[in-house]
Amino acid sequence: MDTRHPQSLPDGSPLVRFADVTKSYGDLTVLDKLNLDIAQNEMVSIIGPSGSGKTTVLRVLMTLETINDGVIYVDGEPLTHMPSGAGLEVASESYLRQRRSKIGMVFQQFNLFPHMTALQNCIEAPMQVLGLSRDEAEERALDLLQMVGMDSKKDQHPTRLSGGQQQRVAIARALAMRPQVMLLDEVTSALDPEVIGEVLNVIRSLNSEHNLTMIMVTHQMGFAREISDRVCFFYEGKIAEQGSPEKLFEDPQNERTKQFLHAVLDAN
Amino acid sequence: MEWRWDFTFEILPRMLWATGNTLLAAGIGYLIALVVGLILMLGQRTPYRIVNFIVREVVEFIRSTPLLVQLFFVFFVAPQFGIKLTAWTSAMLTIGLHFGTYLSEVYRGALEGVPKAQWEACRALNFSTAYTYRRVVLPQAFPIALPGMGNYLVGIFKDTPLLATIGVAELMHTANALGAETYRYLEPYTMVGFIFLIISLPAAMGLRRLEAAVAKAQGKVKH
Repeated sequence: MDTRHPQSLPDGSPLVRFADVTKSYGDLTVLDKLNLDIAQNEMVSIIGPSGSGKTTVLRVLMTLETINDGVIYVDGEPLTHMPSGAGLEVASESYLRQRRSKIGMVFQQFNLFPHMTALQNCIEAPMQVLGLSRDEAEERALDLLQMVGMDSKKDQHPTRLSGGQQQRVAIARALAMRPQVMLLDEVTSALDPEVIGEVLNVIRSLNSEHNLTMIMVTHQMGFAREISDRVCFFYEGKIAEQGSPEKLFEDPQNERTKQFLHAVLDAN
Repeated sequence: MEWRWDFTFEILPRMLWATGNTLLAAGIGYLIALVVGLILMLGQRTPYRIVNFIVREVVEFIRSTPLLVQLFFVFFVAPQFGIKLTAWTSAMLTIGLHFGTYLSEVYRGALEGVPKAQWEACRALNFSTAYTYRRVVLPQAFPIALPGMGNYLVGIFKDTPLLATIGVAELMHTANALGAETYRYLEPYTMVGFIFLIISLPAAMGLRRLEAAVAKAQGKVKH
């Protein structure tokens, strides 16, 4: 039992809070006592060199990986832990299943179910997990497929779709669960350059029209700058620097940030 | 020695009856092997390392010894320890166990062939483990397992002549008996070979079609 962290956060707390979160693989520390708050409706981009822990932030928040220390809170309640006596203990699988539904994730490699059509991909979870009827789930899925411009391909299997189209279906699939926080893990990294725009347009509309809380790990500096409320630069498992996109991109303070931006912007 | 058609037709009814027994032995043996394979595969994936270890060693042991030896052990040696089984029971038990070990490897390979990312997508969508297996993992593992499963069906069928050695009245046993009764061996053994051929070939072709149909139903593009 751990009593260092509260069993719940007071009203008005951020939607997501990483409190002293440490994640390591053997000797390798990927997240080092990370503290990060994400406010409701905030769009946060995470940038940084590979191996800096930026994807791990999303993976531990999606509970794909367990953390070694600290607590992650979502919507005021702990996610990685559950109340026990006066403190917290590591969450059980059934507790995780209750809490995890507040979070949705879109993967670099889309990870659509290849044996299902685009529509089936989007209705499975709402029907099984949320208990929607097939009609309700299809109505919801069709709305979302239309929003991402994929309604005309609803009966196609993923192998028949381009990378950009698959990723748009994957976004619709995640949205169908109505998550409070959407995690985007390098969603354009596996795409051909000519289809990156169609995926970025979908994310733009999620941000501007739907006001979804989003955390995005990205290598698209221009896009991060355009769309983010805040940009976090990760280095060696910590936030080396964060701030508004204007501040971070135009007037970085940290030496590592300067080097990274230099290298990345030079490459483009 | 000349081929005699009249003799061929004379023994045909007995050969066909024996063919029925051969198919029955192969079919029942295969069904048992499918289930045993599943149990052995699950036995290697439990959270208990000692259980996984023991099951894996048993699988290796059975795979590394000949089917005929196992058959003789069950039918001839086991009775000396008080376990008396009929020829049919011994045959089904041995085939089920022997090929179950091979099928457990087929299942294991197929499950491991489903990308880890598919599990992660299911977790991100909050599926239960049972639902993940049922709707996502098994449907993708099945086409991977299908060629191996088909091979062992034909493999069991072609190994049924071994059962003649313990007196199961399948094709080989019947051909032996006919030879002993009539001193004509050409026709009975040729017929055995021919019957195996005309069943195996279409079966293999049918399995390939089934693989293609499953792939198509799952939206796979043929390359």
